[in-house]
Amino acid sequence: MESLTNKKKVLEAKPLNFWERAYLPAIAQGLSITIKHFFKKPVTIRYPEEKREFSENYRGLHSLKRDEEGRERCTACGLCALSCPAEAITMIAGERQPGEEKLYREEKYAAVYEINMLRCIFCGLCEEACPKEAIYLDGDIVPSDFLRKDFIYGKDKLVEAPLNQ
Amino acid sequence: MELALVLEKFILVAIIFGISLVTAMYSTYAERKVAAFLQDRVGPNRAGPFGIFQPMADGAKMFMKEEIIPTQSSGLLFIVGPSLAILTACIGSAVIPWGQKLTIGSRVIDLQVTDINVGILYIFGVVSLGVYGIMIGGWASNNKYSLLGAIRAASQNISYEIAMGLSIIALLMLTGTLSLRQIAEQQHGFWSNGWFTWNVFRQPLGFIIFIICAFAETNRSPFDLPECETELVGGYHTEYSSMKLGFYLFAEYINMFISSAVMATLYFGGFNFPFMHHLGLSENLVTILGVVALFIKIIFFIFFFMWVRWTIPRFRYDQLMDLGWKVLIPLAIANIVLTGVFATIFK
Repeated sequence: MESLTNKKKVLEAKPLNFWERAYLPAIAQGLSITIKHFFKKPVTIRYPEEKREFSENYRGLHSLKRDEEGRERCTACGLCALSCPAEAITMIAGERQPGEEKLYREEKYAAVYEINMLRCIFCGLCEEACPKEAIYLDGDIVPSDFLRKDFIYGKDKLVEAPLNQ
Repeated sequence: MELALVLEKFILVAIIFGISLVTAMYSTYAERKVAAFLQDRVGPNRAGPFGIFQPMADGAKMFMKEEIIPTQSSGLLFIVGPSLAILTACIGSAVIPWGQKLTIGSRVIDLQVTDINVGILYIFGVVSLGVYGIMIGGWASNNKYSLLGAIRAASQNISYEIAMGLSIIALLMLTGTLSLRQIAEQQHGFWSNGWFTWNVFRQPLGFIIFIICAFAETNRSPFDLPECETELVGGYHTEYSSMKLGFYLFAEYINMFISSAVMATLYFGGFNFPFMHHLGLSENLVTILGVVALFIKIIFFIFFFMWVRWTIPRFRYDQLMDLGWKVLIPLAIANIVLTGVFATIFK
């Protein structure tokens, strides 16, 4: 049948000539290829000491942001938890008491905010859903651990460091 | 026999033995590094700077591992196998001339354990004994894969020894002696009477045949069918563990070292290097430089062994036999005839 693409290539099995049958020229060619690789820079990244550079839109660990006065942006609206396809996010809302205005931006805040890193698929939908620009996936990769319970990250690990520290 | 001679030889043997073992140890490390570099990787780099303590770590691991002797194996032969392999690998170095004579005070020290007048025959004898280590080990394991590996090793060694011997005959027609020291001394310097003195330039075809056979004799890739892991699990050392396995692997690297030394001595001028007597250096210094030159050649050949291993895939067994019997032996015989004709014409 006539080929529909122009990629068809008819192969001919020609009998080998003398030098091809002698192997040695082909072996010399192979050796020259491998010796070229000998002097190439290895592609290895020596992991714990050296880290691969992430692209700018890489989605790593989550962080809960603070505003320019150092107050937590999160208002515990629950949109991130709702948008999460892996149901990794849970939170308990708390009401801001008088005198806590320096800590929380809105009247309502997340008293408990937990992300299960074993469930999270790092899709970034929480980041998109957040109306307060409070959560971003701008961190590193999740470090390894021994117990499942240690992969549930609370506010102690998620919230950004305060400004004046 | 005077005591001083005994002492001198004892020290020489100890040094050569030590160097063989250290070279073999570091060949395992070099093998992994060369493999890594040829494949754009880094290789072992954890044990010490650049991983140079890797051989020690591997050795310690080998000693610590549990030693398993299969219940159905024949006990004594199972131990004799690796012992014979390492023994025959080590005694080959006795006749290799490592350098010219060294003069210390009034004493002239020959940098060769013994200069027997049938040096090459001795090497051949030892090399063909080496296959018994593999053969006995494979048989004693009482395992079909081991046995198949051993049978392959035996028939491969027998086939390639013929071609190797024939390629040496052509060389002996030119040298007129079997003593390795005399052969090395005949290749003095690098250039004389309008032609290179090194035998590789007088026996290029013979050298190619010899090096191919050397690959086969040391069971190195592309002729590593005795331990062909895709077909035979581990070949003849499938059932071996702990340091017995270590001895088999070690024997292979020592064999590689010895055959590199033999190739360097027979074809690449041994301890000779260009302009060795035109530099105006003292005799002892020239001797020491000669030893260094020999080791550079040996290291190059060991590197070549590894370079080929990580370039060429393994032969199929019938191709191996075809190459040995139908190509190399006729070529070696033709080489003998050609050498005879040329030697008569250009005398």
